[in-house]
Amino acid sequence: MELLERFAAGDVDAFEALFRQHQGEVFRWLMRIVRNTAVAEDLTLETFWRMHRAHARFDPSMGNCGAWLRRIATNAAIDHLRHAHREVPLPDDLPATAQQPPGEQLELRREILRAMNKLSPRLRVVVLLALVEEEPYERIAEALGISESAVKLRVFRGVRILRKTLSEAGVHP
Amino acid sequence: MKEPQIDDVKKLLKDSLPPAHGAELGRDLWPEMLQRLDQHTLRVPWWDWALLATVAAALCFFPGIIPALLYHL
Repeated sequence: MELLERFAAGDVDAFEALFRQHQGEVFRWLMRIVRNTAVAEDLTLETFWRMHRAHARFDPSMGNCGAWLRRIATNAAIDHLRHAHREVPLPDDLPATAQQPPGEQLELRREILRAMNKLSPRLRVVVLLALVEEEPYERIAEALGISESAVKLRVFRGVRILRKTLSEAGVHP
Repeated sequence: MKEPQIDDVKKLLKDSLPPAHGAELGRDLWPEMLQRLDQHTLRVPWWDWALLATVAAALCFFPGIIPALLYHL
């Protein structure tokens, strides 16, 4: 029996194999959204926990376990952002940019984080994935379970809110 | 909204928030997953405990129901 079929039948060994195969990929996807190592690790566990609970609903003939996991992970991240109600943490644990920002740049970064925080979690996720991480719209649409045109619309709405918030703070992109 | 306006915001965001492309998982999370699976396997819902306590109390206070219970089992 195939790995996915065994997983759908509730086989824990198959679940472990899928976990080991996909944990890095799920973590990297979540890091793009939450930008914090500890939170991304917690959400990786939450993603696989949700996957395990939903094993009976998984259709092995779909074959694309990675896409299914990305969808679960994105929903888990949105739930987290919705309940956390805190500012996007400064990405300390991400690789530093080529040049370390001076004081003025730090202030700009703070304003941008504040503006990002004004976005709803659903808009924030799309803005981060589309504009910062440059993920293809198709992949974002698949992860959110919406159409590509809905992704474009969310990018437009997100950018409009960001521009307005930044303008009010005296930052003119 | 025009494309250049989106590009301006994109540039600003990318300058301030470095992309997380290089982030890698530094450890194996399976032991924690296994722990979570075990905890939930062993966990007995509170209403099961409540039912057990009710049955135990009923047997203590009304021992006469024991034969009836055994008959129905």
